Amino acid sequence: MTAQPRKVLQGATGDWEVVVGLEVHAQVSSNAKLFSGASAEYGAGPNENVSLVDAAMPGMLPVINRYCVEQAIKTGLGLNAKINTWSRFDRKNYFYPDLPQGYQISQYKDPIVGEGEIEVELDDGEVIKVGIERLHLEQDAGKSIHDLAPKESYVDLNRSGVALMEIVSKPHMRSAEEGSAYFSKLRTIVRYLGTCDGNMEQGSMRADVNVSVCRAGGYEKFLETGDFKHLGTRTETKNVNSIRYVRQVIDYEARRQIEVLEAGGQIDQETRLFNVATGETRIMRTKEDAHDYRYFPDPDLLPLEFSDEWVEEIRATLPELPDEKKRRFVEEYGLPLYDATILAMDREKADFFEAVAKGRDGKMAANWVMGDFFGALNKMDRDISDSPVSADQLGGLIDLIADKTISGKIAKDVFAIMLEEGGDPAEIVEKRGLKQVTDTGAIEKVVDDIIAANPDQVAQVKEKPKTMGWFVGQVMKATGGKANPQAVNDILKAKLGVE
Amino acid sequence: MSIDKETVRKVAKLARIAEPEERLEPLAKELSGILDWIEMLNEVDVEGVEAMASTVETQLPMREDVLTHDYTGGGKPEDIVANAPKTEDHFFVVPKVVE
Repeated sequence: MTAQPRKVLQGATGDWEVVVGLEVHAQVSSNAKLFSGASAEYGAGPNENVSLVDAAMPGMLPVINRYCVEQAIKTGLGLNAKINTWSRFDRKNYFYPDLPQGYQISQYKDPIVGEGEIEVELDDGEVIKVGIERLHLEQDAGKSIHDLAPKESYVDLNRSGVALMEIVSKPHMRSAEEGSAYFSKLRTIVRYLGTCDGNMEQGSMRADVNVSVCRAGGYEKFLETGDFKHLGTRTETKNVNSIRYVRQVIDYEARRQIEVLEAGGQIDQETRLFNVATGETRIMRTKEDAHDYRYFPDPDLLPLEFSDEWVEEIRATLPELPDEKKRRFVEEYGLPLYDATILAMDREKADFFEAVAKGRDGKMAANWVMGDFFGALNKMDRDISDSPVSADQLGGLIDLIADKTISGKIAKDVFAIMLEEGGDPAEIVEKRGLKQVTDTGAIEKVVDDIIAANPDQVAQVKEKPKTMGWFVGQVMKATGGKANPQAVNDILKAKLGVE
Repeated sequence: MSIDKETVRKVAKLARIAEPEERLEPLAKELSGILDWIEMLNEVDVEGVEAMASTVETQLPMREDVLTHDYTGGGKPEDIVANAPKTEDHFFVVPKVVE
């Protein structure tokens, strides 16, 4: 933690600090729901994926999905967090039509995962640490659709009972950028682990964004004492489902709260909703007592206990995580930290880069992958999975440059052909006669012809050695760009007597 | 432990149980009596005794992550909405609720 107040916002009456904490709901990528054998897949017809357990028919009992437990442990390990081998499920009681049980099975006092910490990269390359408070397993609720009829709501319970991991951060983020960067990093981690698909449009990942403001210096006091009274009252904006929206919510809430406080008002602890169209948040109308959930241990479920051995077995299956990968890319391939971070952020990109870089020059591979290759994909609006050029083919192209079969310039042309028509780079070079001419005899012949035909230029180059560039251009033109540029330079220098 | 009338009113409201005004006072007495009786458990010294979750030595049973086709599985929207007072296209239709 830095000792300086970070990213202070200026108000009319002085400086303010923003404090942000996120509660992220990440849907476990499982076949079946948390406590039933109904499908957890998105997009089925109304109430198609609902069992009698999910519909809370009398006498139904929950039986926990082992795979979902495993994914929660795996995610906890990926967050460098404490795994609690004894945890418990509680009932969170409230009434709503899309919650047929009248309660959500969640974990209140004893979550499956405790405190952890992750590294978060900011735009300027700075790395901050964000503490994880906990991760717990819970059921998702169903979906109410309010716009199908004027006086009625339509309820679909397909999501009801789907396994969610709620990941709660500590209030360690200090700006809109830090909040959105944390959300993005969390998504990267669960996608690496394969525990959540991170699909925000389908609601697989969404954030409740807690924002408060305090006078500059208040956060330091909070860190020293752990006393929340040094922080301002927070508001919670629900169900924010994109990285960009998280940023907007924090920006908007911070400004709004400062305005209210500076006008002599006060912030109430309240739940708000984000309006995507206006970029504003508004208060969610809530009834009194709505937050009195009367948690108690679910008598239908025994405590969730498992062995340390199981945790270790799961740990052994963890893939290399983005932070480790990033460090390895720097060490093994000599990449700048920034490039390594970008590549490691997405597992597919990282794997593609490694396939290209393996046994080749790492920096050159990174330049091609991040520059020409990603640029081309972007332009074609395609992903790595449907790329016209494979990692092997791009690697092959780099080999041709490395062994001087073609020049870097010709390589760009070959790459363009590979994108357009596909095919093996070596074959393209062979068929189209793009091989670099390294035969010095052949180049010398061309150089001699050009020197003989241009006595004026020869005279000029003795005065101004820089004009040798004209000769290089002529030779390249005569050889269709295939002459090895180094060889051309050497020969010209010798023949023209230029140092 | 004594429960007052206002607490009964609040708990009834949270549980969506309609209790007439004249029942609140008697209920407060009854509930207080029940809680006092349970309070007796506090007389037992449980220092150092682990909390018990079940009367039998057993572990939380777990299911595998496979789709089932009995009552614990999906694929039967007609059955799910069969008892609902109003449905349409397999949706439950309820009085409008907007937060």
